[in-house]
Amino acid sequence: MIKAILIFNNHGKPRLSKFYEHYSEDTEQQIIRETFHLVSKRDENVCNFLEGGMLIGGSDNKLIYRHYATLYFVFCVDSSESELGILDLIQVFVETLDKCFENVCELDLIFHVDKVHNILAEMVMGGMVLETNMNEIITQVDAQNKMEKSEVRIFDHENSQSPSYI
Amino acid sequence: MALKIVKGSIDRMFDKNLQDLVRGIRNHKEDEAKYISTCIDEIKQELKQDNIAVKANAVCKLTYVRSLSTLPFSCNTLFCCTRIGYLAASQCFHESTDVIMLTTNQIRKDLSSPNQYDTGVALTGLSCFVTPDLARDLANDIMTLMSHTKPYIRKKAVLIMYKVFLKYPESLRPAFPRLKEKLEDPDPGVQSAAVNVICELARRNPKNYLSLAPLFFKLMTSSTNNWVLIKIIKLFGALTPLEPRLGKKLIEPLTNLIHSSDSELIVPLSCIAVLISLSSGMPNHSASHVVCVIVKYLGLLAMSKILKTHPKSVQSHKDLILQCLDDKDESIRLRALDLLYGMVSKKNLMEIVKKLMLHVDKAEGTTYRDELLTKIIDICSQSNYQYITNFEWYISILVELTRLEGTRHGHLIASQMLDVAIRVKAIRAFAVAQMATLLDNAHLLTGNTQRNGICEVLYAAAWICGEFSEHLENPLQTLEAMLRPKVATLPGHIQAVYVQNAAKLFATVLRSQEGNTDSTTAQETSQLMIDRLPLFVQSANLEVQERASCILQLVKYIQKLQQKDVEVAEEVSALFAGELNPVAPKAQKKVPVPEGLDLDAWINEPPSESESEDEKPKAIFTKEEPKHSRPRHTEVDEKELARRREARKQEQANNPFYIKASPSSQKVYQETPGVEHIPVVQIDLSVPLKVPGLPMSDQYVKLEEERRQKERAEKKKKEKKKRKEKRSGRGKKHDSGPESEEDITPAHMVDIVTEEMPEVGRILHVCVCRPLADSEKLPVRSHRPTEAPKSPAEDGDTESAAPQEPKKKSSKEKKEKKKDKDKDRKVRLKEKHFQHLNMVCDIQGNLQDGSQVVVSVIFENKCNSFLKSMEFNVLDSLNSKLQRPEGAGPHDGLTVPFQLPPGVSNEARFVFTVQSIVMPQKLKGTLTFIVKNEDSSTHEKLDFKLHFTCTSYLITTPCYSDAFAKLLESGDLKGSSVRLEGVNMPFHHLLARICFHHHFSVVERIDSCASMYSRSIQGHHVCLLVKTADQTVSIDAKCDEPSLLGNVLDEIKQTFSQC
Repeated sequence: MIKAILIFNNHGKPRLSKFYEHYSEDTEQQIIRETFHLVSKRDENVCNFLEGGMLIGGSDNKLIYRHYATLYFVFCVDSSESELGILDLIQVFVETLDKCFENVCELDLIFHVDKVHNILAEMVMGGMVLETNMNEIITQVDAQNKMEKSEVRIFDHENSQSPSYI
Repeated sequence: MALKIVKGSIDRMFDKNLQDLVRGIRNHKEDEAKYISTCIDEIKQELKQDNIAVKANAVCKLTYVRSLSTLPFSCNTLFCCTRIGYLAASQCFHESTDVIMLTTNQIRKDLSSPNQYDTGVALTGLSCFVTPDLARDLANDIMTLMSHTKPYIRKKAVLIMYKVFLKYPESLRPAFPRLKEKLEDPDPGVQSAAVNVICELARRNPKNYLSLAPLFFKLMTSSTNNWVLIKIIKLFGALTPLEPRLGKKLIEPLTNLIHSSDSELIVPLSCIAVLISLSSGMPNHSASHVVCVIVKYLGLLAMSKILKTHPKSVQSHKDLILQCLDDKDESIRLRALDLLYGMVSKKNLMEIVKKLMLHVDKAEGTTYRDELLTKIIDICSQSNYQYITNFEWYISILVELTRLEGTRHGHLIASQMLDVAIRVKAIRAFAVAQMATLLDNAHLLTGNTQRNGICEVLYAAAWICGEFSEHLENPLQTLEAMLRPKVATLPGHIQAVYVQNAAKLFATVLRSQEGNTDSTTAQETSQLMIDRLPLFVQSANLEVQERASCILQLVKYIQKLQQKDVEVAEEVSALFAGELNPVAPKAQKKVPVPEGLDLDAWINEPPSESESEDEKPKAIFTKEEPKHSRPRHTEVDEKELARRREARKQEQANNPFYIKASPSSQKVYQETPGVEHIPVVQIDLSVPLKVPGLPMSDQYVKLEEERRQKERAEKKKKEKKKRKEKRSGRGKKHDSGPESEEDITPAHMVDIVTEEMPEVGRILHVCVCRPLADSEKLPVRSHRPTEAPKSPAEDGDTESAAPQEPKKKSSKEKKEKKKDKDKDRKVRLKEKHFQHLNMVCDIQGNLQDGSQVVVSVIFENKCNSFLKSMEFNVLDSLNSKLQRPEGAGPHDGLTVPFQLPPGVSNEARFVFTVQSIVMPQKLKGTLTFIVKNEDSSTHEKLDFKLHFTCTSYLITTPCYSDAFAKLLESGDLKGSSVRLEGVNMPFHHLLARICFHHHFSVVERIDSCASMYSRSIQGHHVCLLVKTADQTVSIDAKCDEPSLLGNVLDEIKQTFSQC
């Protein structure tokens, strides 16, 4: 199971946080801070695994992370996940983002959090890996976006015709 | 009016969308918090508006800000709103969010939406906040989705089942067959999801899934999806320990996988991990030689797995692992440390710890150093100090560790010191000497007040010096060290120990001094105490204050006696006489009940009901005789224990992660031992050479070597002697061989305080291999209004079930009809068992249309043949008609929009139009279908009856008590009543039963009286007043349609006559 997925930048500003177990707001913030603290001080040429220990309950858990330009992608997983498999998944995630946003950069993640969440939802569901095939993910995300777009058009149209709330 | 419209749209123009919000936050770098709070206010305003677009936008923004805790779903048919709603919900909802209860119907509606993405989004959202209630209510819907036509939905439905299982374990058994079926789904995504779920399940309880091994075996050899491979390999890793034969079978395909060049590094490595766990010494440690850090890390990880099974083969790589401690990557170092923990033996403990100590000195970063420290202590203390042969060495290691700066683990060292000093008697003199030095140099430890975790050690030092003060060489000096003013800066609990132990020391000092002729020295000591103690009396810590003032008074009194030349030492030391023993956590159980104490007898007789029995208590008290105190008592105890254990097991059985206790785990209650029998094994051993001064642990390594050599020499001598003796007798002799583990005798022995093993672990305690019982079927919640179903015509269009090949040959059974009213809890569920086919149906009124009733029928293929071309037809009555697609004649059947492979079930819905709902009725129907075998196909027919009860026309509708009262006052309703005799169930069960089976809701309940309400699909009000007294339930009912009422009451009566 994946316990949490965090994205933050080099300064520790969270860009996306998805917890698959419930924590209070404060704990979540604390976890993000601590994770950043742990991950950021590691060299570039050391391995991508970190034993999270007490971060998200239990010593069974590991942090698996990757560093891309200004962003850290951190997955917190338990022992049922393969370390390399998750590394691969992060790669797929980033490549998918790259395809969806065309040359993704930090700003994309800031302004389109909802879209990032939607993409993530196609890959990981409730802490379990749903799909690892990038093409499949992109197809589904595109189909949904298209549908949303067409709806929004009708929707705006309707509302401008008859403002129902007056 | 027009102005208002314009104003409204202009307002909306200035509404911020998500982008504006983000931009705004970024522009307000200085006062971010303030800006966000104003935004939240705006969002609140927006949420109150009726315009759905504004609302959706607001919700979207809120998700970003993440400040909300409750939020109603945007109940809308548009996908974009649903999506935003679920996204928000998945971020904010959790199990204790109250609104979740309200969402069940909304989620159910979305799940059955014709749009696959609506369903998908709902599933994704649900996976994040599923609760036991939601899981129970929706399990059946999700089950149906598992055989959806779209693989996109199927895979999500399969995946979410794991979450459902977790929250609602009862669903695992009914859902398992279908889950298994999904392992062979044509879509790889669904397959991978199913593998994923089963792997997670198997992690909890692998035993259950052994039967799936062949299937996984096939998947492993056929699948090309890396992800699936990894999961399967992991699963096999969990299964092999249970089934050794599997391991042998696996070696070949796994090695094949390793060699296959096209798969990436991932798969081979996972293979290695598993191979290692099952191999018998395959030379695969080479992985750790590879420079690549990832591989290094994983290699270490793999090694820790080998270690469990083949410790010897890992131990030869000790040097390599010690090298890893120098690695600059902390993760690798920690892994290596973990490995070391498992590698130590009596032989190499000192060496390893010595290396670790070197690392402690070099290590930078307090976390890593702390980790090292704990590991050293863990390594040394594991399994009751099994590997420590010389405790003087260990004490000196501990003392060396105290020189570490800024560690958090002072208390750990302290507890080790205490533990060793208490349990290893032979070491006490040495330990006391060491501790005295520590106390003397306390300023070194407390020097840095900021990071003074280490000063915890002084706690142990003071206690040991006090308790075992008879071993002190110069107690007076130590006493003085303990009463230095600097001590007052220590934490309170340490000061308290200081004060208490100063008193113990004082007693020792007095005793030694009173033997002398000069009485002044003794008085001087008392004076010292009196001078120094007031410092502690003023302490802010209450405990220090209390102890200090108590002891101060005591000393003053002693001083008075001393001035009168009275000898007090004996009496003072009597204060602290006796030895403190370590006690195992569970030792209390072993303390026998004292003679004559009966724990079962009442101390005060419970107040009796009637006055007349009042004379009794006296008798009971005198009856208390020793004869029934103990022997019988233990028996009772045992029974009681067994009973409780049984109850606990029952409870655990319901807990999905609890395993059964192994039959031998519980120790039998022992015969009554004396207090001395608390199992403290005491073995005193040869005291080793004494090392004067502050010891260096290194010296011990040398000494140990010498000692062992000496021992070996002695042994040889002995053996030679023996041989010499034997030589005369027989020529046979055996070589002593190299020194083995057991040959190394420890220099000290630990008092081993035996503890019972922890009782049970945890695994998923749901067996999926047993056949399903009827009662385990997923509840089909029928009393909640559901969405208007698709008409059968639509069904036919959308659901063209994926064709699956029929496999097994058939037998030529003849179907037989066995129509029964189902007598279990779902009264309205009628099952018809046939040899070919099983039909379960559920009838629901349609809220939106007063003349429609929806019948959902689950068809289950029970035979080995393929069923196809099913046609469902009902003989219409005047009152009710099956809705047929346009153009169809009144007697045409409806095609069931799917085919059924063997063992598969699927659900179809049929809509009926009903004219009058006041009478129950039965409709006759037939189902025709073709049974297809490999070689032949036969046409079969099945007759059935559909029973439309009046209850099925009722819909649970909440009603407020004032509206209810008004309704009754209006006088339009006709009354009727019924009495039920011999109902002995609690009142709330009774109410729940009526609510569940007959779709009522409770309006008000006062004691044993409740009012209930329901409404028919055609708007008839039905009001009930239920009263109960002595197993008799009377129901007064009112309804605007007397015949409907009569029938409903009859049905209620029937429900209770069946239970």
